[in-house]
Amino acid sequence: MKVLTLNFLTCAVKACKSSSDSFPLHPKDCELVSDELEVNSALLTNVLTRVDWKALTTTAAELGFPTLPATPPTPEELAGDEKMLKELHTLLMETQINEGKLVCGHCGHEYAVKEGIANFLLPNHLV
Amino acid sequence: MEYMIRFSQSHETFRLAEIEALAVLEGIKFQVTSYSASSPFCFFKTTSEDAAIRLVKRSILAKCVYEVWGTGLDYEALHENVVVTSQNVWAQYKTQTFKFFMDTFQGSRSIAEQRELIEEFRYLGFTGPVRMKKPEQEFCILEHWPFENVSGECPKPSAIHLGRYLGGSERDAIQKYDLKKRKYISTTSMDSELALVTANLTLASPGKLFYDPFVGTGSFPIACAHFGAIAWGSDIDGRSIRGKGKTNLYANFEQYDLKNEFGDSFVADLTNTPLRATTLFDGIVCDPPYGVREGLKVLGSRDPTKGKEIVYQDGIAHHLQAGYIPPKRPYSFLAMLDDILDFAALSLVPNGRLSFWMPTSNDQDEEIHAPTHPCLEMKSICTQSFNRWSRRLITYRRIPDSEVVASIARNRTPKGDGVSADDLNPFRKRYFEGFRPS
Ligand SMILES: C[S@@+](CC[C@H](N)C(=O)[O-])C[C@H]1O[C@@H](n2cnc3c(N)ncnc32)[C@H](O)[C@@H]1O
Ligand SMILES: [Zn+2]
Repeated sequence: MKVLTLNFLTCAVKACKSSSDSFPLHPKDCELVSDELEVNSALLTNVLTRVDWKALTTTAAELGFPTLPATPPTPEELAGDEKMLKELHTLLMETQINEGKLVCGHCGHEYAVKEGIANFLLPNHLV
Repeated sequence: MEYMIRFSQSHETFRLAEIEALAVLEGIKFQVTSYSASSPFCFFKTTSEDAAIRLVKRSILAKCVYEVWGTGLDYEALHENVVVTSQNVWAQYKTQTFKFFMDTFQGSRSIAEQRELIEEFRYLGFTGPVRMKKPEQEFCILEHWPFENVSGECPKPSAIHLGRYLGGSERDAIQKYDLKKRKYISTTSMDSELALVTANLTLASPGKLFYDPFVGTGSFPIACAHFGAIAWGSDIDGRSIRGKGKTNLYANFEQYDLKNEFGDSFVADLTNTPLRATTLFDGIVCDPPYGVREGLKVLGSRDPTKGKEIVYQDGIAHHLQAGYIPPKRPYSFLAMLDDILDFAALSLVPNGRLSFWMPTSNDQDEEIHAPTHPCLEMKSICTQSFNRWSRRLITYRRIPDSEVVASIARNRTPKGDGVSADDLNPFRKRYFEGFRPS
């Protein structure tokens, strides 16, 4: 699962949605892998309008990536900055959680990631 | 001059909807001047030759587009009309390499007949050499023959057109993505032609983010990725995503060299989605479970009195054990459609699009109406008919918040506590009854 996808996801438990602790989910015991992909600047520009930057900063720190700037680059800044494009591309698109768990900071529920596929199905007591 | 799309004569109700979507995508203004479901020739006006080419180049249901040089009910009328319509441009093509060919819809012509008919156009005065391979200009004589030729009478076409070929379409992609040659499919994979049309209707294009909440084997994400969108998908059934060994959803992206367009896949129930409730996607495409060939299930126990406490087995919480499968219960198809609309209203960017398939009985009294939502404008309803039932592809546009009319109340199907799949899904019930009169 890509770091970008992690930024789109919160806890699946309805009661957790209103709590700010349920997002982002926290990677635990995670094995990271990286796939080499082409930099897609149109996509990254689009993606920045959907990404929650604060949560991304948290995730990057939790995964041991260099600290992100406090605010996201504007589309103009991004377009002219090859290095920034490449770094965001590596973090958001290429880096993937292959095995591990994603933990909700509110209810503590752990979602398993196996072979890159996260499972968000809930047991009956959480539905 | 006028232009003409040469459509494939199939999936008639999808054809103009696809072209209208492509016009939005390309920012082209066009106006249909003559079109009928029973004809593959669609005449239209647009701003330029370039616009006509761009309108059709991504189309799956069009074959190509022509500049119209003349039209008539018989050859005499055609030739007269060609002179009136196109004489002023003949000089431009006088010395270019060219060829003529014929397109005989519902009819046929021998090589000798074709040569004779083509010869009749000598008066165009082209002096450039004829070249069969890659000529600079191609001209087509398009004949429309009546559906059934009455034998005995001298058969002839009912309309004839002369067109200058401008450009092709994306129809070859149908073969490229043919399910017969795809690595990983299931009984509910969508055929490549209709999956690609769906991607066009939702305006999939480079750099956009797309999502299929009922992804199965990934037919829609693959089609959207073909057009350059990055596609995500999820399914309540993890097995459909994982497949067996190296035969899985991701293998399809590898097969078609679309790894760069793969977003992600994960296991989730749309009614308990982990996706943040905010604008994430430019397009949502799906074929929700009808409950006929595959179960329509959501998370939770069938028995509403079943405990909300954690179940322990040998001192370990059951849901934490390896191989644990959460309980699922049947759910109403109509409620699921409303859930899709609610989800799309939350998740689509302004002017983003939702397309989904839904089945319906061919009997008018049993028709299931397309659901509505105050934030979603219905753009098109396309129908694919089978013997007893049909399925429809419905496409909506997310109306920007500033234009949403707040006074329209939401009218949705209750989430439903019915127990059997039949109670919850009128279509499934009628399907298994064989659509007998009730
Ligand atoms: C008609 S199939 C879609 C097939 C898919 N278009 C493909 O290319 O393979 C419907 C899918 O919805 C899934 N499904 C059923 N209930 C669901 C739910 N509540 N949430 C998410 N997916 C569900 C089924 O497992 C099935 O794979
Ligand atoms: Zn939670």
